[in-house]
Amino acid sequence: MSKKIGDVILDLQNISLRFGGVKALTDISFNVCEHEIRAIIGPNGAGKSSMLNVINGVYHPQEGKIFWHGKERKKMEPHMAAQQNIARTFQNIALFKGMSVLDNIMTGRMTKMKANFIEHALWFGRARKEELEHRRKVEEVIDFLEIQHIRKTPVGRLPYGLQKRVELGRALAAEPSMLLLDEPMAGMNVEEKQDMCRFILDVNDQFGTTIVLIEHDMGVVMDISDRVVVLDYGKKIGDGVPDEVKNNEEVIRAYLGAGH
Amino acid sequence: MNFFLEVLVGGLLSGVMYALVALGFVMIYKASGVFNFAQGAMVYLAALSVVGIMEWGAPLWLAVVLAFSIMTAFGIATEKFVLRKLVNQPPIALFMATIGLAFFIEGLAPMIFGSEPRALDLGIVDEPIPWILDNWNMVISKFDLVAAGVGAVLVATLALFFQFTRVGRALRAVADDHQAALSIGIPLQNIWAIVWGVAGFVALVAGMMWGARNGVQFALTFTALKALPVLILGGFTSVPGAIVGGLIIGASEKLAEIYIPPVMEGMFGGNFGGIEGWFPYVLALLFLLVRPEGLFGEKHIDRV
Amino acid sequence: MLYREAGQFKTTYAADQQLFPIRQDRIGLMLLAVAFFGVPLFASEYWFSAILIPFLIFALAALGLNILTGYAGQLSLGTAAFMAVGAYAAYNFQLRVEGIPILVSFICAGLTAAGVGILFGLPSLRIKGFYLAVATLAAQFFIVWCLTKFPWLSNHSSSGVISAQDVVILGFNFDTPVSKYLLVLAIVSVMALAAKNLVRSSTGRAWMAVRDMDVAASVIGIKLMPTKLLAFAVSSFYCGVAGALYAFCYLGSVEPDGFSLDMSFKILFMIIIGGVGSILGCFLGAAFILLLPIFLDYSLPAVAELFGLPFSNATVSHIQILMFGALIMFFLIVEPHGLARLWQIAKEKLRLWPFPH
Repeated sequence: MSKKIGDVILDLQNISLRFGGVKALTDISFNVCEHEIRAIIGPNGAGKSSMLNVINGVYHPQEGKIFWHGKERKKMEPHMAAQQNIARTFQNIALFKGMSVLDNIMTGRMTKMKANFIEHALWFGRARKEELEHRRKVEEVIDFLEIQHIRKTPVGRLPYGLQKRVELGRALAAEPSMLLLDEPMAGMNVEEKQDMCRFILDVNDQFGTTIVLIEHDMGVVMDISDRVVVLDYGKKIGDGVPDEVKNNEEVIRAYLGAGH
Repeated sequence: MNFFLEVLVGGLLSGVMYALVALGFVMIYKASGVFNFAQGAMVYLAALSVVGIMEWGAPLWLAVVLAFSIMTAFGIATEKFVLRKLVNQPPIALFMATIGLAFFIEGLAPMIFGSEPRALDLGIVDEPIPWILDNWNMVISKFDLVAAGVGAVLVATLALFFQFTRVGRALRAVADDHQAALSIGIPLQNIWAIVWGVAGFVALVAGMMWGARNGVQFALTFTALKALPVLILGGFTSVPGAIVGGLIIGASEKLAEIYIPPVMEGMFGGNFGGIEGWFPYVLALLFLLVRPEGLFGEKHIDRV
Repeated sequence: MLYREAGQFKTTYAADQQLFPIRQDRIGLMLLAVAFFGVPLFASEYWFSAILIPFLIFALAALGLNILTGYAGQLSLGTAAFMAVGAYAAYNFQLRVEGIPILVSFICAGLTAAGVGILFGLPSLRIKGFYLAVATLAAQFFIVWCLTKFPWLSNHSSSGVISAQDVVILGFNFDTPVSKYLLVLAIVSVMALAAKNLVRSSTGRAWMAVRDMDVAASVIGIKLMPTKLLAFAVSSFYCGVAGALYAFCYLGSVEPDGFSLDMSFKILFMIIIGGVGSILGCFLGAAFILLLPIFLDYSLPAVAELFGLPFSNATVSHIQILMFGALIMFFLIVEPHGLARLWQIAKEKLRLWPFPH
């Protein structure tokens, strides 16, 4: 691996998140460096997805600070994450079921399109030009993910594994600087997992995209990530390179139970 | 002041009538997540069945029993032939299906029982209660008071039914989480059939009260339109919410009808009656902006 | 055998994005256009004033509702009220603005309706689904009430009835059914094309994204508020223009109560039966809903006679209502995407015909 890991671009400090009386996250701090693959692991209900939702502004933590490229992020709405070049996929696929694969991936480029609705209605000038330009970009993503044959299929009709791929495609179409992946390999068979791993590594490698990843398959996590953070019951119990984490007492306890 | 109180009490009592209809909505929504737009049409069907059967020569009690069987059968058929087929559709599709159902009933019921308006005599007269009229000089209708009593009894019965019977417990489980209820062996479809039956019963009670008060006619279907703002105010899932919402809507629309038009006529001239028609909606709408889940509804957190 | 796309290769993305990528479709469309512009040669006045004109106007209103409900996923039960806004606005612009061209009045009517639509769309930012449907009911009742009660809006006519002014464009008076039909046809064609363009562009994709999953939509950078409000505005614009045409080119004089909740439901039925989220579906649905009662009027008495059943006009109207209800449920259960989807399936079958696979 010859890639260069850069400076810290996302720094989370003492994040706490509550829903009513339920504590989802308690006093969590960690950072993400440019170009790295950062994994978040932990048992079910550890607060992993909540963590991603905090990063891209779907949830608002009650306490703690978030620094993005060194600047503190104050009020954050989900659509602002996209403007800051953060894209993500979801644990339970969140594709637009009524639209074709092509249209789904095209939505990923929404923030980059400038024509307004009157131009769209007239299908003239900028609207038309943009549509072609971005179509070209989207076709690159389609080629990259090897889904050319299904580009006109409504996503609702696709099998699970392909839907996950399309969702990754939608995120990639935004050419994000940071990509948040929520269990990209859940429910896949070995072959599909291998494909997905390859795509993730390629994205990281070719485009230098920083990746924050939640995954349950420990083999995969330890193989592809640069650093791993471990959550349990909303608290951070481990953080470091895969080898460190693997040998961390507390992590082993959380995963295997207290008796071991 | 007396006049104000009179309007207020009259409004509260008619609010009970709205609550009666709203209860039917809440029942079905709680158990199956379906927003049953046809509830108003069911009220119409129930009332029409009672007068229709009485016209064929049956006594009141028999007509009520038969109407109840019709409503139950109808509810079960709806569940079996329409809603069950739409199980995995988005809620909005189910809602539109119930609009279709409403039209279906509104066409079918008068075909069977005739469409001309008729009176339904339950033996309660719609006249001021003399004692209140004498002592406080207020006109409070005897009928409205009885209706309120019936409403209270109905709510109490439903509450007891929910709380203390096996079916009631199963119902609450289903309302909480369909999948979980199914997995512990609650027969979902039987429960839904029961709920539609109960909703039919509520419609029957509401239909008889409304029918006796205003005559059995097509306008009964509009009771559903009155019940919608009640639901928004009270929350779709709450029985007490339906009651409180009904009272608030009933009282405020009567007060608005009395006190707002003179003000507007002062400003613009002309005649501004008929505020009742939209006031509940605007009230509910403003309320929604402040508290989208209603007075007693549960707050919903989006999970992603 | 005639309907094949074999041999028609697309070498550019532009070619792939055409509205009618298959050559046979383009030919078919041209024939259809000729037919529509050619009917004046054959059809009788009854056809224009009782069938074709209302068909086009309701198709336009259905387009408006479909943009909001089918594409942006916001159910509205107040379509007729927005049409009423359009009708009364066009009337008032003609009445009060000296020398305003009628087409400008129509556009202003659409814009007025759009403004009102945005106002009643505001709750959609906080509420969804049937909560929103109830909010649009507020629009339905409130708007009709306003039109009845504020005499200024109907130029102090009794109970709010207005008589539309003459439709004169560049000195030509559109006073015959045929000329009105052609005018409506031209307006509806242009607006349908614009709607098609909107929904295949990123505006339409934003709407559909909000419809399908709003949280995901906001995460990929779609701002929910402007997207939803734009849907309300564009939808109401279409309904407003449809309302203006309804008054000026169809009925001639209208009253607020004519724009009833029933009419709103009728338009909703058009899109359910025609196809939610389909431009073609609006036209199919409008035709279906308008022709069904006419068909029943003719056929039911004959059927009743055949079986010797007693029969009255009331029964016909009851059967009509019942049929509407039954069809709505039927389509939602059997083919939620309506006639447009059936049409598409037929085309796919035709493409393979005579080979079964």
